[in-house]
Amino acid sequence: MPKDGGIGESTLRREDIRFLTGKGRYTADISLRGQAHACFLRSEVAHGRINGIDTSAAEEMPGVLCVLTGADFTEVGGNPTGWLVQSRDGATMKEPKRPVLAHGKVRHVGDAYAMVVAETYEQAKDACEAIVADITELPALVDLAAAAADTANRVHEEFDNNVVFDWGWIEENRAAVDAAFASAPHVTTLELVNNRLSPNAMEPRASIGDFDSGTGDYKLYTTSQNPHLTRLLISAFVMGIPENKLTVIAPDVGGGFGSKIYHYGEEAAVLAASKKINRPVKWVCDRSEAFLSDAHGRDHVTKIELATDKEGNFLAVRTETLANMGAYLSNFATCTPTFLHGTLMAGPYKTPHVYVNVKAVITNTVPVDAYRGAGRPEATYSLERVIDKAADELGIDPWEIRRKNFIDPGAFPYTTPVGLVYDTGNYHATMDKLREMSDVAGFEARAEESRKRGKLRGFGLSTWIEACGIAPSNLVGVLGCRVGLYDAATIRVNATGNISVLVGAHSHGQGHETVFAQLIAEKLGVDAKSVEIVHGDTSKIPFGMGTYGSRSLAVCGSAMMKAADKIIDKGKKIAAHMLEAAEGDIEFNDGSFSVAGTDRQKSFAEIAFSAYVPHNYPLETLEPGLEETAFYDPANFTYPAGAYGCEVEVDPETGGVDIVRFTCADDFGNVINPMIVAGQVHGGVAQGIGQALLEGVVYNEDGQLLTGSYMDYAMPRADDLPNIDVDHSCVTPCTHNPLGAKGCGEAGAIGTPPAVVNAVIDALHRAGHSHITHIDMPLTPSRVWSAING
Amino acid sequence: MKVTMTVNGKSMSAETEGRTLLSSFLREGLGLTGTHVGCDTTQCGACTVHVDGEPVKSCTVLAQDVAGKSVTTIEGMANKDGSLSVLQQAFQTHHGLQCGFCTPGMVMASAALLNENPHPTEEEVRHYLKGNICRCTGYHNIVKAVLAASGADSQKLAAE
Repeated sequence: MPKDGGIGESTLRREDIRFLTGKGRYTADISLRGQAHACFLRSEVAHGRINGIDTSAAEEMPGVLCVLTGADFTEVGGNPTGWLVQSRDGATMKEPKRPVLAHGKVRHVGDAYAMVVAETYEQAKDACEAIVADITELPALVDLAAAAADTANRVHEEFDNNVVFDWGWIEENRAAVDAAFASAPHVTTLELVNNRLSPNAMEPRASIGDFDSGTGDYKLYTTSQNPHLTRLLISAFVMGIPENKLTVIAPDVGGGFGSKIYHYGEEAAVLAASKKINRPVKWVCDRSEAFLSDAHGRDHVTKIELATDKEGNFLAVRTETLANMGAYLSNFATCTPTFLHGTLMAGPYKTPHVYVNVKAVITNTVPVDAYRGAGRPEATYSLERVIDKAADELGIDPWEIRRKNFIDPGAFPYTTPVGLVYDTGNYHATMDKLREMSDVAGFEARAEESRKRGKLRGFGLSTWIEACGIAPSNLVGVLGCRVGLYDAATIRVNATGNISVLVGAHSHGQGHETVFAQLIAEKLGVDAKSVEIVHGDTSKIPFGMGTYGSRSLAVCGSAMMKAADKIIDKGKKIAAHMLEAAEGDIEFNDGSFSVAGTDRQKSFAEIAFSAYVPHNYPLETLEPGLEETAFYDPANFTYPAGAYGCEVEVDPETGGVDIVRFTCADDFGNVINPMIVAGQVHGGVAQGIGQALLEGVVYNEDGQLLTGSYMDYAMPRADDLPNIDVDHSCVTPCTHNPLGAKGCGEAGAIGTPPAVVNAVIDALHRAGHSHITHIDMPLTPSRVWSAING
Repeated sequence: MKVTMTVNGKSMSAETEGRTLLSSFLREGLGLTGTHVGCDTTQCGACTVHVDGEPVKSCTVLAQDVAGKSVTTIEGMANKDGSLSVLQQAFQTHHGLQCGFCTPGMVMASAALLNENPHPTEEEVRHYLKGNICRCTGYHNIVKAVLAASGADSQKLAAE
């Protein structure tokens, strides 16, 4: 029986109260006694040799406390990549050093090479302008193909070229794929760009370093989705501070979408500066700086080929991708275009042969890394676009070509040719649901009505699958991952019966404080109001791996279930003692422990109190206390999937695209809080529409960032979007985690871009522009107008 | 210089430089950190407050220019007994926020809209909120919340 606030209820979010009253506490809101303020000096050129930096004038400026440059960090380590990828020839990838502050060379516009700490932010900023750097500008490598081909001009001179790896997945499939293409009755080829995006969490990054000279302890307050990872990287790789002497605290986090998973140099720099001046040092990024220094996302140039028979049955898929890494390898940059992209290239389809090639290229641009969906949007976009093109070439309905190639509902578990084992799914069901929601029958009438107003209406379809909750540790280790991918939870039942749950996942908008409490309430049969979620502070929580890749519920939620099982087991021991019964006779139901077949029982609260007031305990066999920790390492990924439909109106006079209807049918496995799940889909769809129509990071040929503020990087605003119709009633529960949950956070960003682009192409085809087979994202009015007008 | 203004009904003062922005004055001078700063080009609206009843992006106004005026921030929006106002409650009920960072600005902008136009259409809500960026919600539930607070039947919007 669901308890008040249990599983399946759209419980209102408890965290909202503080956010709605101005009492949220984000990093920039924290002011420590005596804090000084930091400002970073960032490169104005994309590529340059640092001949010297004169900080003497800056050091004399009012309020300045210290100036640090790259030279101050040559004795410490650098920020590593978290995943070592092997090239097709077996060679380990190149791993350029990424120092705390640039030293010797600057490698992208925005690369920080000096830091000023002063009494006020304004003084620090003023002093930054007094630093004189002698930098010889070098030719910038911006274009992917040119950077890949250039061996004379190199971003990192210690390597012989700018390609850090040339990855093939799965290399053993290559010959069979080539053979399938050689004999295929039909081959569809598409070249496309997955545009570079800026994640743009609304809260800019911020960090406060606080060194305590009395104890030698460091504290870092920072905008992080993943505080333990940040501590690990600073301790083991960058600064050498023992982990037990460094606490990382991520308070409320104002969005991340991936960009706050990673460790950034500014975090190490404020710690070093705090130790140097023996005061807390605070840095708050401004938005222009964020565009120059937050990890960007996507940025692939891909050629995809789909081989089919004449009836549209898929025979093979082959891709070649150039992936832009930017100037350094950010923490998860290397696994995004590889293990999160190539492994999804089978999609929800039973394509027998798949081969994926990715060349990762270093350029003089901001480093990229995982952004909402991470690799899976890139895979889905390529696949769903080439399928539509193939359907068009073969004269098959886009619904039909997908339906005939779906993995059958009875075929699970299903092993794909790119190495994943899908445990459950029913792709026909989500597509049927989408068809019902989309009112396909009414489309022609709506299109006619649009025509009367001079507009072109089109419908676009995409089906998608993703791999969430990346795992298991032993597999990812074999593939080159340098960390484990589990999560952890401690359930601390307090003496008065209320419960603190300390978790490794960390919310940046997903509502963990509400949803995790619902889980515990349901499992332990208590009121959700008595459950508190503690997260984001490495001094309190067990070692966890944070929140990204839609892993919080499937992985950390499962750790919570395991810990709760231990609590119940311990509670049974206590109850057996209290009720003078055999432990095997104790049952736990609905929040109470009872002797089977009798009315003798103890409530959860009584058991908790007894655990902490253990009078007359058999101490040789029963420990006092009621607190348990569990680590959960998943056996497999989870595989959410769904089908999205987009209806657009194109204005042929201007090229403007209006999304008039957007529909999502998703299978997320079991859903804990439907309201929050719908909200996650809305947000993902908005970011997907942003990628499809508006967003794109643009560099000029000198490596200058042309989209460096909200004045020139367009993001969806309230009137750019329609209402989003969401359904998640098609459920195939995950078979290998105790919740049956799959994850929902990235779905919208994955399934949406191809649906939008397919819709625009459909609108143009219906209006007779059948020669237009593709337009690269973002589909801005000028691009669409140019396509229409040749 | 010392700047004094009425903030959420109370007279408040702090020492500032001439270049201090209203957003910094509120956050650092007065410790009212509910007003957030999400950009430096007046595009995102996270810093929206009311000055003499009008919505203003506080990152583009000098604190000294607001001296003597009446300012309302998100900290002043709850009912006197501390409970959420109708608009704030609508944001919670309709899940109109996720990370919460843009939320103070969204609430202040929405309150200004409802002051001007107590019964806006969906189109009017979307148009009015153009000056505020939310990266989490896709606006769907924000629009729903504002319409609900206006007394409109927000269930007419697409399900969920």
